[in-house]
Amino acid sequence: MSLRIVVTVKYVPDATGDRHFADDLTVDRDDVDGLLSELDEYAVEQALQIKENADDDVEVTVLTVGPEDAKDALRKALSMGADKAIHVEDDDLHGTDAIGTSLVLAKAIEKAGYDLVISGMASTDGTMGVVPALLAERLGVPQVTLLSEVSVEDGTVTGRRDGDAASEQLQASLPAVVSVTDQSGEARYPSFKGIMAAKKKPVESWDLSDLDIDADEVGLEGAWTKVEEAAERPARSAGTIVKDEGEGGKQLAEFLASQKFI
Amino acid sequence: MAEVLVYVDHVDGAVRKPTLELLTLARRLGTPVAVALGAGAGNTAAQLGEHGAEKVLVHEAAEYAEYLVVPKVEALQAAVEAVSPAAVLVPSSAEGKEIAARLALRIGSGIITDAVDLEAGDEGPVVTQSVFAASYTTKSRVTKGTPVVTVKPNSAPVEAAPAAGAVEQLAVSFSDKATGTKITSRTPRESTGRPELTEAAIVVSGGRGVGGAENFRLIEELADSLGAAVGASRAAVDAGWYPHTNQVGQTGKTVSPQLYIATGISGAIQHRAGMQTSKTIVAINKDPEAPIFDLVDYGVVGDLFEVVPQLTEQIKARKG
Repeated sequence: MSLRIVVTVKYVPDATGDRHFADDLTVDRDDVDGLLSELDEYAVEQALQIKENADDDVEVTVLTVGPEDAKDALRKALSMGADKAIHVEDDDLHGTDAIGTSLVLAKAIEKAGYDLVISGMASTDGTMGVVPALLAERLGVPQVTLLSEVSVEDGTVTGRRDGDAASEQLQASLPAVVSVTDQSGEARYPSFKGIMAAKKKPVESWDLSDLDIDADEVGLEGAWTKVEEAAERPARSAGTIVKDEGEGGKQLAEFLASQKFI
Repeated sequence: MAEVLVYVDHVDGAVRKPTLELLTLARRLGTPVAVALGAGAGNTAAQLGEHGAEKVLVHEAAEYAEYLVVPKVEALQAAVEAVSPAAVLVPSSAEGKEIAARLALRIGSGIITDAVDLEAGDEGPVVTQSVFAASYTTKSRVTKGTPVVTVKPNSAPVEAAPAAGAVEQLAVSFSDKATGTKITSRTPRESTGRPELTEAAIVVSGGRGVGGAENFRLIEELADSLGAAVGASRAAVDAGWYPHTNQVGQTGKTVSPQLYIATGISGAIQHRAGMQTSKTIVAINKDPEAPIFDLVDYGVVGDLFEVVPQLTEQIKARKG
């Protein structure tokens, strides 16, 4: 038996860069370097571990929806060890919201064929964390999300979901949608050999017509939400800084008392 | 007046504070109608009524505890169909966002997550969010269907607003999709006796400078003297010094307390993303160049092993 894993990844502006909005209130992707969302590296890692631990054939496909540069994110995942990549790219996708993105991803996942979808817990730009749940809803398969541990055996996926109130063990039959957290295990660095091998791995490009999606279902116009204003948060006014010369704790206590915290 | 659905986060009938904050916001938009599910749901009514819920739709079934997320989605969908609300508000927990997203898709509505404020508008609720590691504030609207909005803790005050709180049974029939993901076991977290991190009025966090798991006792003692929650930076969590559930930052919790005390934390973007909307920020760090000092109202450049115990002692003395 073979297992087909599709890992969804996102190309995001570097979170350590100075991120801004463009004039149309979408994320400005021109002024900040982009990269594979750090939280998606954990998804790629878990897919590769499942592949390495399986007795059967496992094929790992990485899938992204995004502009031309998003190929960089796919390349990174391929150099980590994924087998092939799919890039959904279309000018009409500019400004697509989470609901629209989940439509495009779900259609592409169905077209690619899958037994297991693995996503990161959230993107590092939008940070909504809803796409895995939306994919499960659209694909009509179990949602096994926010796992800090995951394993696949005999057509069943199990994992541990660490919530605030409790830690839960989950179980579902394949096909299923999984998302993994940054606690699932550190992602590997691409090796030199991996980077060289990635250059030869296939990257397919699909557009909206390949997925039978109408342009008006996606993009800024097709979004079900609208950003009306975006204002840079004013810098915090400079505070008082003191150097501890034996009285730092006392001085801080006086400040807290003056602010009525004690 | 239009009705506004509020999804109730409760533990065996005890309503958690973020839900009461949602009732405050819901009253700005219309008449709050609460939806409480699972064991103890019926016991939420008194508390919800005191805070403005006109009605409490209740459904108790074993499925809510035995299967992940989807039974709650189906119940909320049934409530939307029964009430035809002007908006649906859900607490912005990890599970809350998943429930809200699937609900939105099912009812053909847009969703906005992690709101920090909400006002009535001519074309539906205007939702404020804090984005890009809190460097921007946006105002957004849902443009299709019934707005589904998840709201972060500490986004509104809890207000007493006595209302009927009338309990009505919600009719829910589960589809086969509801039972797709089985919860085979559940291990509740041990209570620390401290406030919930995201709900606390004061948070004391420790970072790399704390230097080891055993030294977090200093942070905990300071927190306890203030009745605060304890947080940790990613560096401290990755080092195994403190549990991930206490991580403040981009991949952990976002907190917005009245007072945030950062000890031994440099203030990298990853951490700032989780705390820079705090009202008052205080830092203790031995490095005068640490970026955290750009955010503070009051900062002490010094050794936390000297400053923190002195501060704790001072607080205890002042509180008598």
